[in-house]
Amino acid sequence: MAFWIASSPHNHVQSETSSMMRMVIYATIPGIFAQWYFFGWGNLIHISLAVITALVAEFTVLSLREKNIKAQLFDGSAILTAVLLGISLPAIAPWWITVIGVSFAIIVVKQLYGGLGHNPFNPAMAAYVMLLISFPLQMTSWLPPLELMALPLKFVDTLSVIFSSFTIDGYSVEQLRTHVDGYTMATPLDTVKTNLTLGLNIAESMTSPVIGENYGVGWEWVSAGFLLGGLFLIGKKTIHWATPASFLVSIFICSLIAFLYSQDTNASTLFHWFNGACMFGAFFILTDPVSGATSIKGRIVFGALAGFLVFIIRKYGGYPDGVAFAVLICNMAAPLIDQYTRPRTYGHNISSSKAGKE
Amino acid sequence: MKINDEYKELAWQGLWKNNPGIVQLLGLCPLLAVTSTLTNAIGLGLATLFVLICSNTTVSAIRKWVPKEIRIPIFVLIIASFVTCVQLLMNAYTFGLYQSLGIFLPLIVTNCAIIGRAEAYASKNPIKQASFDGLMMGLGFLLILMLLGAVREILGQGTLFDGANLLLGEWASVLRVEVYTLDSQFLLAILPPGAFIVMGLFIALKNAIDDRVAAAKPKTESQEIARVRVNFDEK
Repeated sequence: MAFWIASSPHNHVQSETSSMMRMVIYATIPGIFAQWYFFGWGNLIHISLAVITALVAEFTVLSLREKNIKAQLFDGSAILTAVLLGISLPAIAPWWITVIGVSFAIIVVKQLYGGLGHNPFNPAMAAYVMLLISFPLQMTSWLPPLELMALPLKFVDTLSVIFSSFTIDGYSVEQLRTHVDGYTMATPLDTVKTNLTLGLNIAESMTSPVIGENYGVGWEWVSAGFLLGGLFLIGKKTIHWATPASFLVSIFICSLIAFLYSQDTNASTLFHWFNGACMFGAFFILTDPVSGATSIKGRIVFGALAGFLVFIIRKYGGYPDGVAFAVLICNMAAPLIDQYTRPRTYGHNISSSKAGKE
Repeated sequence: MKINDEYKELAWQGLWKNNPGIVQLLGLCPLLAVTSTLTNAIGLGLATLFVLICSNTTVSAIRKWVPKEIRIPIFVLIIASFVTCVQLLMNAYTFGLYQSLGIFLPLIVTNCAIIGRAEAYASKNPIKQASFDGLMMGLGFLLILMLLGAVREILGQGTLFDGANLLLGEWASVLRVEVYTLDSQFLLAILPPGAFIVMGLFIALKNAIDDRVAAAKPKTESQEIARVRVNFDEK
């Protein structure tokens, strides 16, 4: 009896790209549900608009490049990019924000670099940064949670705001963002940042209505939803635990040091975890297999660097949240990280693998 | 007849085949930095064109007396003096444009397209051809600047010839065309990254056109060289 000897790798992952992408899309559902519950229909409308735009853009480029349209159009990567961008946009941003953003993500960031697997940057985050830099006003018009809003916002109102920038009753975006007491509300991160410049300390900021009892009305649940989805992905082995774990630990350590140093000017660590795009970025953006680092050690460095950058940008930067910027910088650093965290090949010791490098 | 052909070739090289903007990729710094509006682009393009013609002519005129060893500093000196002339002239007559071009006007000195032409062409050829070469290279550069400026201005602010009066005098205010109205500017097109993206698309377009033309040309049949076996034993 002879054994059949195959060459390595012996352990194959049987799943295809499309099933992996589908799994990630399913995992966004808890977060999207929380967004819908607290912030209304806006993001769902943006997501559907984004998916349609992504398919059209992808189809156009694929036919221009004479690729296998059927296989590549429905491999899920374009749809996933669209869903991720749709999630990260402000709920009542105008419709052309989504269209421009998704077209940029698919055509420029993904296809011009050679399509899936060749893009150096995460398409969704590159598009987000492009939008944030190009249209700062529309991209910072965050909606307060529905329960705090002075005006009711139904499905038709949301649709009308997105497509004509006024509700059926003629209220503008600015009026929608108004609190019951008549002042415009910002996101919890923004509130803390602005209050610090006004001379208020953290404890005083925490009494703001948008922050509520814990870390931010609605925002904490949206983050929890993404955390849940992310844990599901790790459980299914769709994503590796190293990147999100090191990212979250890195933010935890950075913010803990700052918090212990001065509690008046630094928000608590859990506030950083459960606000903004922290959880979303950790599980859905940084784990992008194309633009991230490859080895486990590399992923740990990658995540830790991203976490450090997010904290630095939140604390000292001009923008209240910095996940998108941090991701782009880490994408740029990923090849370098890979270079210095090359795993030792089996049968070689460290010194000989170093010698082999030169 | 022969001279005519040479001029034709120079024009072809400067405007298309060896265009300093999209083929040689020289002078990228001003190319990307000041093309946020068409007016700025034309201003810088004209200034570069003027410097290029003058420096090519001068370099060509003195080519026999310049020692080979120190030719580069001499070229730089010539270019710098012409740039200073342009700068002073623009300061005097088109002050608004002078201010909006800022540092990029004196930086024409370091534009590699100019010293490149001086070194590669003007220092080896007679005055007539050298000045014509300067004109064509400058026009090629101006053309790319204008295209970039126009595309970025339309994308960014939805206008054309915004601020043309800074360059051409008060009457030019009527040139301003409002292509479409934007509630908010598309800042990406105005900021440098937009210049990089539009520039990349232009280069891609030029390459695509070249490929089309090359594919459309009838193929010249190459003569096959048959190997002949030489037998020395027969003798």
